[in-house]
Amino acid sequence: MLSEIKILLHQGKQYIPDVTQAEVPGIFRGRPVISTAGADVRRLVEICPTGAIDADPVRIDMGKCVFCGECSLAFPQKIRFTKDYKICAAVREDLIISEGKDEPLTLKPEQIRKEIRSYFGHSLKLRQVSAGGDNSCEWELNACGNVNFDMGRFGIEFVASPRHADGIVITGPISANMAEPLQICYDAIPFPKIIILAGTDAISGGIFTGSPALDRSFPGKYHIDLYVPGNPVHPLTFINGVLDLIRTR
Amino acid sequence: MTFITARNNQVVRLPEIPVLPYEDFMEANTGLMKDIYSHCVNYFAWPLGDRIRLFCCMADDARGTIIISSSEIGRNDNRVLQSFTARHLAFHVFEREMHERLGIRYADHPWLKPLRFPVDGAGKNPAIIEYPFYHIDSEELHEVGVGPIHAGIIEPGHFRFICSGEQILHLEIQLGYQHRGIEQLFLDRRSLLQRTILAESIAGDSAVGHATAFAGLWESLCNFTPGSEILQCRTIASELERIAIHTGDLSAICTDIAFQLGSSVFGRLRTPVINTFQLWCGNRLAKGIIRAGRNPYPLDKNMRDALIALFDNYEPDFYEMYGRMKSLPSVLARLERTGTFTTEQAEKIGAVGMIARASGLMRDIRWTHPYLLYDRLHHQPIIKHHGDVYSRTQIRKQEISQSIKYIRDLLRHGNAIGTGSEDKLPANLSPDSFCVSLTEGWRGEICHCAITDAKGDLALYKVKDPSVHNWLGLALAVRNNDISDFPICNKSFNLSYCGHDL
Repeated sequence: MLSEIKILLHQGKQYIPDVTQAEVPGIFRGRPVISTAGADVRRLVEICPTGAIDADPVRIDMGKCVFCGECSLAFPQKIRFTKDYKICAAVREDLIISEGKDEPLTLKPEQIRKEIRSYFGHSLKLRQVSAGGDNSCEWELNACGNVNFDMGRFGIEFVASPRHADGIVITGPISANMAEPLQICYDAIPFPKIIILAGTDAISGGIFTGSPALDRSFPGKYHIDLYVPGNPVHPLTFINGVLDLIRTR
Repeated sequence: MTFITARNNQVVRLPEIPVLPYEDFMEANTGLMKDIYSHCVNYFAWPLGDRIRLFCCMADDARGTIIISSSEIGRNDNRVLQSFTARHLAFHVFEREMHERLGIRYADHPWLKPLRFPVDGAGKNPAIIEYPFYHIDSEELHEVGVGPIHAGIIEPGHFRFICSGEQILHLEIQLGYQHRGIEQLFLDRRSLLQRTILAESIAGDSAVGHATAFAGLWESLCNFTPGSEILQCRTIASELERIAIHTGDLSAICTDIAFQLGSSVFGRLRTPVINTFQLWCGNRLAKGIIRAGRNPYPLDKNMRDALIALFDNYEPDFYEMYGRMKSLPSVLARLERTGTFTTEQAEKIGAVGMIARASGLMRDIRWTHPYLLYDRLHHQPIIKHHGDVYSRTQIRKQEISQSIKYIRDLLRHGNAIGTGSEDKLPANLSPDSFCVSLTEGWRGEICHCAITDAKGDLALYKVKDPSVHNWLGLALAVRNNDISDFPICNKSFNLSYCGHDL
C-alpha cells in the first residue's frame, strides 16, 4: 500500500487542468494559414499528396489534408501550419481554409441539430468503429480517455456496445469489407444519434481516395454532425470539437 | 546457379535472378528451411500477361544475406502445384495470398483459408461477412464469436472461439476487414511523397518502421547513399517508436488485468514520449519524420536536450512502476503461464520479432541483417524462453531499457549536430531491378520488396508486416486457456490488423 502511495506522489498531477486552453508542445501542424504572398501556385498544388490544395484563391481543404507539412516546407512564405488544434467543423465546407484567412474555426449554433445539446450536453457515450483505420487515430482516441486528457470528466466516454451509445465515431477511409459491419453497428444505436468522422481518412479517404477497395457510401447517406481533421486526430482536437458540439458556452 | 544473394537493401538486376523449374525452386527453398538460421521473409507472385513469376526471398540469418530465387508458371494452364507449405508450415500465408489473389492452385496445401479478401482477388471468395468458420458438431462445445467490431477502440477482425466451458479449444481468426488495396496504390500513386505517405499509413502505429523500410528501398533503387545524419535520426526515431508503443502496451496489459495503477502510470508515461515526437516532427505518431533522400527534421541541440530530459524523467517513474507491478502476486498470477507460445510452435509457423524472441527464437533484423546504425550499436537481441504473457511483458520492459541506452549512446557519440539536408535524389529508379528492404519495427520484421520495369517505374510493390506471420501464433497461444484470458493474450501479442490486411 505504501509503495502505491509513493508511486502516486511521484506521479504528481498529470491531468491537463483546462483542455480548452492548453498549449501543445513544440511544433504542431494544426490550422493552416495561407499568406497572400506570391508563389508558384502550380507547383504548390502539385506537391500536395492528396489534392488538398486548390488555386484561385489558394486554399487548403483540411478534410483532405494529411498534415504532412511538405507544402509549408517548400513554401514557408506562403503556407504556415499554426498550433491551433481547434480545427473541427460541423459543416464540410468550413474545413476549407482560404488565402489570407486567419480566424479560429467555430461551430455555429445554427449548424448543430437542436436535439444534440439538449440530449447530450452533459453526457455523451460514443461507439467507435475503425473502418480501414491505420491504428494511429485509434491510439489517439484511446489517449482522449487517459489520465492526461481525461475526457471522462466531461461525461464523454467510449462504450463497448452500440446499444449503449449516443453516436458513432468513424476512423479510417471505410474499407469495402467494413461497409456492412459499420452499417449494422450504426443501425443498432438508438435515436437520436450523432455521427463523427475522425481523421482525414474518414472525412475524405485521404491518401486512399479512389481506391477500389473502399466503399464510401455510408458518409454520403447520412448527415455528419462533426468533422475532426488530423492524421491522426490530436486528442485536444477531438475533445474540443465534441465539447463545442454538445455544449453551449 | 540456384540462387542469387543480396544484402539488406541491395539492388539486384532482375535478369540475374535465376529462374528455376517449379519443382527445383520448391526443393531448393524448402530445403533451406532445414537450417535454423534461415527463414522466409517474403514469397510472392508477379503476374506478367499469361505468365506468373514467383519470387522467394529467404533470409540467411547467419551470414546476413537474403537468398533470392524465382520460377515461372503459366497463368491459365490449369496446373496444380505442390505446395511449399506441405513441406514447411511457415510458407502458409504466402501461398494463401497467391491462391486468393491469382487463383494459383495447390494439391497439398493444408488449408487455403482466405487471407484478406482483397478487392483484386481471383473471385472465388464469398463476401468476408459470410466466411464459413471452422465448426465442430458437438452438444458439449459452444462457439463464441467476437468482432469484427471489438469492445474497445481497436481495429476490426473476427475471432471465432470453440470452447469447452470456459476453456478455449480452438480459435480461428479471420482478417481482411481493413483491406485498403495498398500494394496497388503504391503503383497508382505516382509521386514519391504520395508513396511515402502510403508507407506511413500501412500501420500507423509503425509509421517509422514502415517508412524506414520504404525509404531504404527507394534510396537503394535510386543509387543514393544516405549520410550519417539521416541514419542517426532514423535510428533514434525507430527506437523511440519502440519505447512509445511498448510503454503503451504495458499500460494496456495492466488494463486487461484490472491493475488500475499500472494502467494509468504506463499510460501517462507514454504521453511525454510521443509528445517528444511532436516536438521533433510535429506529429505524435512520428508521421513525417522519415523521408527518402532527406532529413526534414534534424536533431538540433534543443531536440537532443529534450530527448535526454525525457529519459531522465521517464526512467525513475518507469522502473518504480514496473518494479511494483512485478512484485504483486495478483499481477503475476494473471501473466505467468498464460497464453504460452512455445519455441517449437514459433519455429514451425515462422514467427518473427518480439513475439518470436519472447518464445526463445532468435529473430531480429537489427542483429542478423543490420541497417541504419545498428551495426555500430552492436545490437544484441533480448531473448526470453517461456513464451507466456509474462515473457512478452518482460521483453517489452527490457527492450525499452535497451532502446533508451541506444538513443543515449547515439546522442553522446553522434556526429554532426543536424543542419538538415536537401540532397538530390535521382528522379529515376534503376530499371529492371529487384530490391528487398528489411527493418525491425517494434513488432518485428518488416519487409518491403519492389520490382522496376525497363523504364525505371515501379512494376510491383510488396509489403509484409510482421503480423502476417504472427497472427497464427496468437491462435495457438490461447488454446487451453480460459476465454477470459484472451484479452491479455491478444494485447501481449498486439498484432496489426491493417498491416496484415494492407
